[in-house]
Amino acid sequence: MERMLGKKKYIAVFVLPALLLFLLFGIAPLITTGVYSLFDYDGIGKMDFLGLDNYIELFTTDRYFPRALRNSFILVGASIFIQLPVSLALAMILSRGVKGEKAFRTIYFIPVVISSMVIGQLWMKIFHSEYGLLNIFIRFLGMKDFEYSWLSNPSTAFLSTVVPSIWQYIGYHMLIFYAGIKSISTDYYEAAKIDGATNWQTSIKITIPLLAPVIKTCMVFALTGSLRAFDLIYVMTNGGPNHASDVPGTLMYNNLFRKGLYGYGSAQAFFIVLECLVLSLVISKLFKRAEENASAI
Amino acid sequence: MTKKVKRSILYLILVLIALTQLFPLYWLVTFSLKSNIEIFGANVIGLPQEWRWDNYIEAFTTGGIFRYFMNSVLYSLVTVVMTGLLSAMAGYALTRMHWKFRALVFGIFTLGIMIPTQAALLPLFQVLDKLGLKGGYLGLMIPYTVFAIPMSIMILTGFYKGIPKEMEEAAYIDGCGVFRCFASIIIPIIKPALATASIFTFLNTWNELMFANTLVDSDKFRTLPVGIMSFAGQYSTDWGLIGAGMVIATLPTILIYFLLSNQVQESLVAGAVKG
Repeated sequence: MERMLGKKKYIAVFVLPALLLFLLFGIAPLITTGVYSLFDYDGIGKMDFLGLDNYIELFTTDRYFPRALRNSFILVGASIFIQLPVSLALAMILSRGVKGEKAFRTIYFIPVVISSMVIGQLWMKIFHSEYGLLNIFIRFLGMKDFEYSWLSNPSTAFLSTVVPSIWQYIGYHMLIFYAGIKSISTDYYEAAKIDGATNWQTSIKITIPLLAPVIKTCMVFALTGSLRAFDLIYVMTNGGPNHASDVPGTLMYNNLFRKGLYGYGSAQAFFIVLECLVLSLVISKLFKRAEENASAI
Repeated sequence: MTKKVKRSILYLILVLIALTQLFPLYWLVTFSLKSNIEIFGANVIGLPQEWRWDNYIEAFTTGGIFRYFMNSVLYSLVTVVMTGLLSAMAGYALTRMHWKFRALVFGIFTLGIMIPTQAALLPLFQVLDKLGLKGGYLGLMIPYTVFAIPMSIMILTGFYKGIPKEMEEAAYIDGCGVFRCFASIIIPIIKPALATASIFTFLNTWNELMFANTLVDSDKFRTLPVGIMSFAGQYSTDWGLIGAGMVIATLPTILIYFLLSNQVQESLVAGAVKG
């Protein structure tokens, strides 16, 4: 067996199809984007080398990028400080074994399997100024002052796209937390019970610290998912009105495919890759201590 | 507070959030079966007074949705099969075969999970165009397969590492060739992991928007999500019709979810739990 499985011929046949496809259509395009980002290039004419000028322009003369970046960080904040705590709380309640536990899990997870196009279209209708659920409800309550044209008003457009982004993936993070909690040995809880700890105390002192690696994973997902956000916002507002709800993803897309700014758009695309990498590393670093503490319990 | 009160409050939270998750979807399904008169005022949140199945018939016949639906089925099936086969083979080589650059290649695939697809979009667009594949079926099947492979390999290698070598060993000693052994012994063993990976690939392919929106320009090859999006723009005032289109786009994934909810949940968090 060892001899058979060491033959180069077989190894090549088994691994090369996937590897070559992936290098050619996955890795090479990524690197090309990195190269384009250093040039002034419109796709047809010649490419002028600019060095890091495109990246500098993002933060100096670009009128829209700083706001798009700020929006993406609002999304990160909402994911980490609203979505994850809600998901964690749900997972903790459910993992204690309540009636209908499986039904709740199934329901929370439904939006995850639905296309973001459908989710976006659906929430567009919910936020519709005339016939949307939200404004009908507001009118029903008689609070006319709060009746906005949610998606066409620059001050509410972006926040209106944040809501479905949070809503859609609550069940996803809940399930990751739930799986993590279920894998914690029951010994800890029994010992805590003997010591007379309350449910609240065991949650804070045992569950959360032991869950540190899982919380880290969820935070990295929430972070990278938010930084590269595209689909929902593209469907709901396409960054409008007047760029109020742009994120780097939508800005990049329109620069590349509407305006033909191949070099500049690539710099925005590559910036997203870089910030995802760097900030994921930062989160991992921050969690290093927490994880060490967890293994000490 | 007594224990009973506390428990009731917690239960209430669970129910409230379940309602928040379900209500928009309930609303979607009911308005897909209503006329505009009901949707726009007469009966906003109730069940339809008159069940207009016509919305569905109309969506299927006028909007070209049937064509988009069949396209999406084709894209998804081919992607699932290609991804499954390629990553099962690569995963086998990565865990069972002995070669020099194994760790490096594995690292490359791991990296692939983290690439935001939009960062590869423009060069991908150009290379598919140069090869004459952009705008056709292959022009979308290839990117879908390529970007599904890393996660599929992760799921499968995790599984390969856990299966004992005895059965293969016996087969090889009996003179079974590598290809036959892979097809008749390995594939049946890894079926559960292959199912998990396939569900993941299917859901992502079926729901994908950015590639489909960028790499396909003709109606003929359009996928369901992009089709419904332009359909929604075109018939923007006919909510019942749009709603029907949206439900049609969602039905296959929801159906699979209800039939296999445990496997679907498991496959979508597989990456998180293993990584």
